[in-house]
Amino acid sequence: MKVNRLPYLSESILSSEDKFDEQDQALIMLIQMGLPISSTPYSDLGKKLAMDENEVLERLKRLSQLNIIKRFGVVVRHHELGYRANAMVVWNIPDKNISKLGLCLGQFDFITLCYRRPRRPPEWPYNLFTMIHGQNRDTVLDNIQFLIKCCGLKKVEYEVLFSTRRFKQRGAIYHKVRAS
Amino acid sequence: MHRVNTIIKVDDRENTQQHGQKKLTDLEKHLLNDFQHNLPFVSRPFSEIAKQLGSSEDVVIDTLNNLKEKGFISRVGAVFRANSIGASTLAAMAVPMGELENIAAMVSSYSEVNHNYQREHHFNLWFVVTASDEEALNNILYDIECRSGHPVMSLPMLEDYHIDLGFDLGMDFKHREESGV
Repeated sequence: MKVNRLPYLSESILSSEDKFDEQDQALIMLIQMGLPISSTPYSDLGKKLAMDENEVLERLKRLSQLNIIKRFGVVVRHHELGYRANAMVVWNIPDKNISKLGLCLGQFDFITLCYRRPRRPPEWPYNLFTMIHGQNRDTVLDNIQFLIKCCGLKKVEYEVLFSTRRFKQRGAIYHKVRAS
Repeated sequence: MHRVNTIIKVDDRENTQQHGQKKLTDLEKHLLNDFQHNLPFVSRPFSEIAKQLGSSEDVVIDTLNNLKEKGFISRVGAVFRANSIGASTLAAMAVPMGELENIAAMVSSYSEVNHNYQREHHFNLWFVVTASDEEALNNILYDIECRSGHPVMSLPMLEDYHIDLGFDLGMDFKHREESGV
């Protein structure tokens, strides 16, 4: 069977001074499964790394400031909380407008991801990806119309890809951490 | 940082899926909704949260552990920016329906695959692969192509426009005043 190879590309947007050291790497490896839900979670984490509580906190603050940690807190499971409808909405946005429209879309609270990704012509013309969670399909579709109106997307080609089945969902696990 | 609060949110409470939320106490709702992006970086963060919610540290810890057991939260901790550590991509495949089950199971079997969904489209299988570096990532994609006999379309993130403050659950707080918030 013939397999068409498509180009793979993954760009890092971190500059060199943002790189983290070995201690940071060890901390990231340990924290990816979550913080212990205990009275002194940062101290408990530190014990496993021969790091004191203060150092754990300082490192986490730094990783947050660098935006390597995007957010730090309770990570909810939408589906289990009644948000049964999940759509990936993909947009074909003129390249010159993508930052402006991406930032417009990215500010809505019902959007959980808003990424620019490459087009793969001819079969994939879309370059902006938004993830929308809603309690049902109608809520999601209403929200899409709301977005079109708010961000002026009437003439933009888009598709709505509802998820029909979840085969797997969990946080990413990094087996080996390396600053990109 | 500001965010636009939507007009259309919990607009049809009667027939929409509030099942998951119905049985929740106000404390549980606040813990789920209010601390998605700002867990305090202090020695005893759950004590700090308890103060804000008029509760006690022990109760907050027990409640969070319980929410985790029930599967309402996956963890308390960090969400890393895509591609800031290791390499990751969103991959898509167009798989004949008859093969979907097997191919999806094969894809899910990789520990580097953390999300894997069927979606309504010609490209019907969508998954996220996260590996230690570019080479490891490409090896996995190539491996999946070979084992499935279908091409994998890789769509890595190029730019992130999202302000991630967590997800507003649009919770209905019955006793907002009483819970001290």
